[in-house]
Amino acid sequence: MTTDTLSDNRLSLSDATAGESLGRDAWRRLKQNRAAMVSLVLLVVIAVTCLIGPYLLPWGLADVDWNAFSAAPSLESGHFLGTDANGRDLLTRTLYGGRVSLSVALVATFVSLVIGVLYGAISGYVGGRLDSLMMRFVDIMYSLPFMFLVILLMVVFGRNIFLIYAAIGAVEWLDMARIVRGQTLALKQREFIEAAHALGVRDRKIVTRHLIPNAIGPVIIYVTLTVPKVILLESFLSFLGLGVQEPLTSWGVLISEGTDMMQSAPWLLLVPSLFLAVTLFCLNFLGDGLRDALDPKTR
Amino acid sequence: MLSYTLKRLLTAVPTLLIVITISFFLMRVAPGGPFDGERQLPPEIEANLKAAYHLDEPLPQQYLRYMGNLLQGDFGPSFKYKDFSVTELIAQGFPVSLEIGGLAILVALLLGLPLGIIAALRRNTMIDYTVMGTALAGIAVPNFVIAPILALVFGVLLAWLPAGGWNGGALPNLVLPVIALSIQQIAYIARMMRASMIEVLGSHYIRTARAKGLSERQVIWRHAIRPALLPVTSYLGPAIAGIITGSVVIEQIFGIPGIGRYFVQAALNRDYTLVMGTVVFYGALIVLMNLLVDLLYSALDPQIRYDD
Repeated sequence: MTTDTLSDNRLSLSDATAGESLGRDAWRRLKQNRAAMVSLVLLVVIAVTCLIGPYLLPWGLADVDWNAFSAAPSLESGHFLGTDANGRDLLTRTLYGGRVSLSVALVATFVSLVIGVLYGAISGYVGGRLDSLMMRFVDIMYSLPFMFLVILLMVVFGRNIFLIYAAIGAVEWLDMARIVRGQTLALKQREFIEAAHALGVRDRKIVTRHLIPNAIGPVIIYVTLTVPKVILLESFLSFLGLGVQEPLTSWGVLISEGTDMMQSAPWLLLVPSLFLAVTLFCLNFLGDGLRDALDPKTR
Repeated sequence: MLSYTLKRLLTAVPTLLIVITISFFLMRVAPGGPFDGERQLPPEIEANLKAAYHLDEPLPQQYLRYMGNLLQGDFGPSFKYKDFSVTELIAQGFPVSLEIGGLAILVALLLGLPLGIIAALRRNTMIDYTVMGTALAGIAVPNFVIAPILALVFGVLLAWLPAGGWNGGALPNLVLPVIALSIQQIAYIARMMRASMIEVLGSHYIRTARAKGLSERQVIWRHAIRPALLPVTSYLGPAIAGIITGSVVIEQIFGIPGIGRYFVQAALNRDYTLVMGTVVFYGALIVLMNLLVDLLYSALDPQIRYDD
């Protein structure tokens, strides 16, 4: 049942973005990939749990249980996954942390998507000197040690979730720009575009009916591969103590706190690590599955 | 080849300039100054301090001074480690980081390449699925999760190896950090090697080699492996960058006195000169490594000649 309702959502989404035949075809191929489907279901479960879970639990994000500091997981106390050194419920905090990690993943990926698609499309369409100038800029950006510049940014401007969104998004758009530019350039030369021109189809319609549906496949693939990278980057920053600020938390923050306590309270490390690892694992599987489903070369 | 090297070195210059410039001005717009301590300094003393560090000069002049010092390898004084210059701190930490990072790259290649080759040769068998499944796990689980778990299991629960510390670079202290640092790269390299090996094995000249009647071992060793290595070579640049970035957290977790740990401490202490010095140093290192990898690539691939 779950997969059925899922499939409906998925279809309507693909219809809107990728054109009907391509979306339906890709979905059919994706459904045959068991690992990708299991991953998709697990991801939805994790996302939904993070969204509504905190409302079902009696503890708040920063609520301190004065009877349970660093308590081990137990069913009796109501702390199903134990508490941290400050007596806060670990399950609650992990779910709240998941919200932050997933929201960073979505927003930062979206930022990179918008910048990358616009940049790449303009560069590819206009071509000529502007194109080579814009791409030279991307080349230079590529060789910058971005990780360290982001860290510097976080140090200088303080820890702020909007800055994290923007900084990570600004780092990850380069590949997207290259992919979109390459697609645009290649598609411009193709016979079916020429045929559409010859038939008198207007430019805008060529772009919406022919160019975008054909370029969207690689973009979708790349988006699913960007999401885990972004989650990883956020956790990395958080782990270094440069991510979101207390009392807000994220999986990276929780893992970092758990590392300090791992000898006396290993669950503080293992629980958020497990959530992060499962999410990244599923995203990678889903990305691979989508690549197989959408890449015309594998047909 | 020489002219290509020179050209690449020249393009490295603007990249580094950008890194240095961004770092410099970011640091200057940072709220607060290096002398904002808990105690308010008397204005005369603060003015003297600023003059001593040339902070009273106009910004462009400070920038030029910093660039001039940088050219002489001087990153300026550390604001927190009062008796040390940033250059001294980097010179202290780098050999340690280099040892860990170099070993990690070596381990990644020595394990990743054979695993990828075996998976490609045993394509769609249990061996292939096991290797690739493990590799995907290695990619999905970040090193800052693997490292503490390794320390917990092998350092604390089993107590086979020290869970942290450097101990002058003794072998037992090296094992866990190097494993934690290399796992992700092993996984990437194995995946890439498998993919490119499969592609090479399907190509015409391999069919020709087989048709000539060469033994399978000769086909693989003499004809397949070298061209299959090329895409992996071009991945070495990102791999090195990944290991350098990874070393920042690994050194933190295992308490290793490399530049990565200095960098984190400096970031948390807002020791701006040290943060900036390490960013510039890492930037230069990554640019240099990318150049070396490109040169290696051209040396391995006879089709690529950088004559222009």
